[in-house]
Amino acid sequence: MSDINTQTKDIIDIQATSSLREMTTMFFRNYAAVAGLILLITILLFVFVGPLVHTTDPFEMVWAPFTMPMQEGFILGTDYLGRDILSAMMAGGQVSLAIGLAAALVSIIIGVSVGAFAGYYGGLVEELLMRFTEFFQVLPTLLFSMVIVALFGASLLTVTLAIGVVSWTAVARVTRSEFLRIREMEYVAAARSGSARDLYLIFKVILPNALPPIVVQANLMVGSAILFEAALSFLGLSDPNVMSWGQVIGSNRPYILDAGFAVAIPGFAIFLTVLAISLVGDGLNDALNPKLRQR
Amino acid sequence: MGLGQILAKRIGYGLILLIAVVVLNFTLITIAPGDVADSIAGDMGGADAEVLAEIRSRYGLDQPFAVQLGRYISSIAALDLGYSYFYNAPVTELILQRLPATLLLVFSSQILAIAVGLVLGVMAARKPNSFTNLIVTFLSLFGFAAPVFWTGILLIILFVAIWPIFPVGGMMSASLIDAPWYEQWVNIAYHLVLPMVTLASIYLALYSRLTRASMQEVLGSDYVRTARAKGLAENKVFYKHALKNSLGPLVTVAGLQFSAVISGAVVVEAVFSWPGLGTLALQSILARDTPTIMGILFFSSLVVIVVNILTDMALRMIDPRIRAD
Repeated sequence: MSDINTQTKDIIDIQATSSLREMTTMFFRNYAAVAGLILLITILLFVFVGPLVHTTDPFEMVWAPFTMPMQEGFILGTDYLGRDILSAMMAGGQVSLAIGLAAALVSIIIGVSVGAFAGYYGGLVEELLMRFTEFFQVLPTLLFSMVIVALFGASLLTVTLAIGVVSWTAVARVTRSEFLRIREMEYVAAARSGSARDLYLIFKVILPNALPPIVVQANLMVGSAILFEAALSFLGLSDPNVMSWGQVIGSNRPYILDAGFAVAIPGFAIFLTVLAISLVGDGLNDALNPKLRQR
Repeated sequence: MGLGQILAKRIGYGLILLIAVVVLNFTLITIAPGDVADSIAGDMGGADAEVLAEIRSRYGLDQPFAVQLGRYISSIAALDLGYSYFYNAPVTELILQRLPATLLLVFSSQILAIAVGLVLGVMAARKPNSFTNLIVTFLSLFGFAAPVFWTGILLIILFVAIWPIFPVGGMMSASLIDAPWYEQWVNIAYHLVLPMVTLASIYLALYSRLTRASMQEVLGSDYVRTARAKGLAENKVFYKHALKNSLGPLVTVAGLQFSAVISGAVVVEAVFSWPGLGTLALQSILARDTPTIMGILFFSSLVVIVVNILTDMALRMIDPRIRAD
């Protein structure tokens, strides 16, 4: 019995490694995706290694407010309180990326669980879980998370949860449809005939094979979570003691007519990051679904 | 099943969803720290326990949770969304006052996005190696990656600060309050341009990419090949046979996106101080005006449900194949 399970697992592993190599080659043949990856790595270096080189405190007033970029030695200028925008970009980037990742993780955990159970069990379980998903699709996402943040206080934790809780529905749908397809496959039937437990089948047999589209979706989730956080902070619903890209935009917003750069620069940073993520996502999608590519 | 029966079923199901939305919102607001009494006391500059208790009993906050919930649901059924202590007005009245501005913004931007998206998508599908195709690819990347408030702010910097041809925000110049209606309308249209373009930018990307993809798929199908083989003019094949069938996905997505469009409108309204529901939502959330927040959440869910039902019905009418299930 356990023999059959190990065998199935071996077969799956072999499939996984060979397709992994194929996938990597495919990915690196796609110039847009490689450009996105390089851009992403550059942003990560800027955000996490940058502060070691450029050590100005992002919260400290260092010069007159609204110094233009490239003047007085401030590469990106200063904001409405005379704080260095370059430092703010680095510190804010860490927070924006972290919230993006964490919120995407929350939505993937919820979405994959809901979708996996719905697709695996079918019947009443599926009906109930998909109704539950539909319910969250009807809620106006931004309004709902604004309410959560306002009610429970604007901390990093509530912002992350508020974003994760409203954005898992797409992941659930993708996961469910993959599970519906894969649960009919022979290797699942083989594992099932070896009387494997449900949870083993769900997480060890089906899920690894359902991963490709989920990975693509997860990647997009990180991008949209970053945008979401930025929108919340822009509206003034973020932790005022934590610097994030959206927060820099929100706090400098009253002065756009005098100092547009203080708002345009962090917006551009968000734009580049999400662009890089979605280029990588498109590349992953093409590499993971070679069929789509040939169309 | 006939269309009427399906419609009835969808409406019944929509009502259940709505009640679920109300229960969730009510529960959240009840378990959150602080209540209306605290906010009112805060506005008064503090109050002692006796006054707090009086406020709570006046708003029925001293009743058990189930009683409060039941009372709220029954008052909603009578279309009464409660009373806003912050604006000193009934919530239903507040929402109806702000609704036209939001509807104008949402629908004009959707129409713009669909019209331009369709044209671009069709042109790109027609000539896969053309400049238009490149524009669609670029737009779809930009539309997904650019934060909507940033697009709006860039437009303000461009068309208000650098080249001042549009107003910075608002919906109508205050001086026109007594002007004839056509002057007011022209002025509103003038104020609408920047917010409309900003909100449309996200969906323009989506719709043009979608049209291109579905056109490409339809153009490769057998019946298009048949139409070409029997010698129909290329234009006729393209616009009459192919375009008609690639509209389905567009309608589906436009309907499904509606909840996201409302989110986008909230942000755009904040950027351009457009006096719609989004601005009302933001103000009431910052003021912790619970009845108004609940009312807006309820109302926007209602709008999303109605639009979803309409989309479903429209799809069934466009595409007879869907009626089967």
